[in-house]
Amino acid sequence: MIAEIGAFAAALALALSLAQGVFGLAASRRDSRAEATAAIAQAAAVLCVLAFICLIALFVRSDFSVAPVAANSHIDKPLIYKIAGAWGNHEGSMLLWCLVSAVFGGVLASTRGSQSLGLWSRAVGVQGLVTAGALIYTLFLSNPFARLDPAPMQGSGLNPLLQDPALAAHPPLLYLGYVGLSVPFSLALAALLEGKADQAWAKALRPWTLLAWTCLTLGIGLGSYWAYYELGWGGWWFWDPVENASFMPWLVACALVHSAIVTERRGSLASWTILLAILGFGLALLGTFLVRSGVLTSVHSFAVDPQRGIAVLVLLAIAMGAGFGLYAWRAPKLAQPSGFAAISRESMLVWNNFGLAVAAGVVLIGTLYPLLVEALGGGLISVGPPFFNMTVAPLLAALFLVLPFGPMLTWRVGDMRQALLRLAPAAALAVLTLIIALVTTHWRAAPAIGLALGVWLIAGGLIYLWTRIRRGEGAALAKVAMLPLAVWSMSIAHIGAGVLTLGAVAETAFRAEQAVALSPGEGVAFAGRRITMIEIGEREGPNYSATRANFRVDSANGSRTIGAERRFYPTSPMPTTEVGILSSLDGDIYIALGEAVRDGAGAWTVRLYHNPLVHLIFIGVSMMGVGGLLSFVALTRRRRATL
Amino acid sequence: MRRRDQRLMMISVAGAVLVLAATLTFAGLRDSVVYFVAPSELAEKASAGQRIRLGGLVVEGTVRREADGASLFDVTDGVTSVTVRYDGLLPDLFREGQGVVAEGRWQPGQAFEAERVLAKHDETYMPREVAEALKQRGEWKGDPPP
Repeated sequence: MIAEIGAFAAALALALSLAQGVFGLAASRRDSRAEATAAIAQAAAVLCVLAFICLIALFVRSDFSVAPVAANSHIDKPLIYKIAGAWGNHEGSMLLWCLVSAVFGGVLASTRGSQSLGLWSRAVGVQGLVTAGALIYTLFLSNPFARLDPAPMQGSGLNPLLQDPALAAHPPLLYLGYVGLSVPFSLALAALLEGKADQAWAKALRPWTLLAWTCLTLGIGLGSYWAYYELGWGGWWFWDPVENASFMPWLVACALVHSAIVTERRGSLASWTILLAILGFGLALLGTFLVRSGVLTSVHSFAVDPQRGIAVLVLLAIAMGAGFGLYAWRAPKLAQPSGFAAISRESMLVWNNFGLAVAAGVVLIGTLYPLLVEALGGGLISVGPPFFNMTVAPLLAALFLVLPFGPMLTWRVGDMRQALLRLAPAAALAVLTLIIALVTTHWRAAPAIGLALGVWLIAGGLIYLWTRIRRGEGAALAKVAMLPLAVWSMSIAHIGAGVLTLGAVAETAFRAEQAVALSPGEGVAFAGRRITMIEIGEREGPNYSATRANFRVDSANGSRTIGAERRFYPTSPMPTTEVGILSSLDGDIYIALGEAVRDGAGAWTVRLYHNPLVHLIFIGVSMMGVGGLLSFVALTRRRRATL
Repeated sequence: MRRRDQRLMMISVAGAVLVLAATLTFAGLRDSVVYFVAPSELAEKASAGQRIRLGGLVVEGTVRREADGASLFDVTDGVTSVTVRYDGLLPDLFREGQGVVAEGRWQPGQAFEAERVLAKHDETYMPREVAEALKQRGEWKGDPPP
């Protein structure tokens, strides 16, 4: 019964979102229609919430007569993972997509603010069509409420690798980001339809863009963290197509966050902002296509279903066809006021956008090139990390070189000499880092430059904060308290980028790994420490059994014990690795337990990693996320104040 | 500087960056693309020392470990089998009789030195390249179970 209610609610939501599309696009001239559009959008959102609650209820009750529950859940699974199971599979995750799109549509419909009636109602209309497209796909090609007859007695269980708190939160965050980009897309199409993209429009665009970017940042960060501690490969980013699929929209969203500032504050770059908004959603859809269709070989694996892949591709073609078609037709008519000098905050933000857009293009080429070569009969190939490292890293390096100048320069015409003077201490620190790193690494240029850039970003961000604090009035504490939230959020995000750079460069360039065979009592010297296997034995978990080995890590700072496990879930034929991680200030000692060595007299293969400064990666990403959130709060607060 | 000169300067810098990015992209695609090769194609398609991806099925009963932790196993496409040496931890999903992709270098007369071994997250997953190669050789035994 619950499944039928859910399916019915979703179907009703589909009808309402189609109505929302029609009414929204036609509402521009009459207020009564606009009110109806808002009510319809809110109703569609409520129905999608209802449908999703039904799906969660099915998972919690372990109703195995419903196909996705039977395929992905299990009676013995802990409750939290039964709930997470609702979106841990293809069908449920598509319903989540619809839910987010519909709720965003509802919120968009309820927050008109200072936008003109036409712009607002058309944006709500386009958002309704986006929701409708997603619902059509979900209901007709991957129905989460499909019944099984006969129903199995037991479910086949969630992939144990996915039974993890970070991965339970990863898909919702990523979807909030992906689908969050549909709102800027709707606003962009509305602006093109209206032939007007003014400052009020950009003001409405910014919180949505920030929300999407922040969720993407945190979602990607969580996924990366999960890959680091769960996969047991010692790495955090593999330039895998599935990772690239989320990284490309992130780059474009990051550019959009910045270009929207220019459009709001100065009224310029409007048509570029619109183009980015269209591209961002296009890349989000492309990401969904790449992940769901299985056209690219990936270390991740998801449902491989060509029919679904083609359907996503059709949706992508419709959305991008409409987007680019409208853009080509209407964008030349948009007014382009107020120029700016080559040295100004605008120009720095243009460079930011240029760098991020080119980086997104390069990642796109590298990700799609294997498809292209195969289609042209050139054989099966893969484009690996070396390609991305040699192309994306220099682009980001150039971007980071100019980044600290942006906040230091004023709008319209900036004073480069003054900015240089203020940033001189940061530059000195960066050069010092460069020299020290060059000498200590025996002239390895790339990591030294990377570390210097990290220091440059952090010091530049701190100097900016300092100059802003000094400019305030009153006592020292009052000055700090008076600082606008927007300044804090930007500085935290930029410093976070620097922290992330330090961690990423150090981890990539200086990591050490070693595979050894150890039996209890045996030890090995590794990364300036001595690692000894103390014992190895069997252990029972809630729904798995495990082989657990304890290790003692002796270093100059004393001795610590960590355990690493290999878990066997009865629901799955494959064992999983639970790595042991010993974090200290200079990085992680990371131990993954392998298998018993055949005829090795009780010896087990053990893989040891030393990942220097790896925690800075996750701290940096978190700072960027916090910066995004604070900025979002600052924008919505300001918006409420002007209502 | 006049506004027109400034604009010209910005455009030329942007052009230079674009050219550089394009050069890096094409150089990168030329140098760091890794070809997928089946065991029976090794001799004809791969040159010694070139980085390639070798894909096939792990031959049952051939997985053995050396004292230094390295693993040895044979990979077959039904025609030829090649011994792969990997000195790391085999992925959780690695199993005899299942598909695997090994990325690394090959020297004639020696074991294939893998730097990375990929088996997928999902136990029902068959690396697509392996499936293609097996289909071409008529070794394909139907689609993997859903």
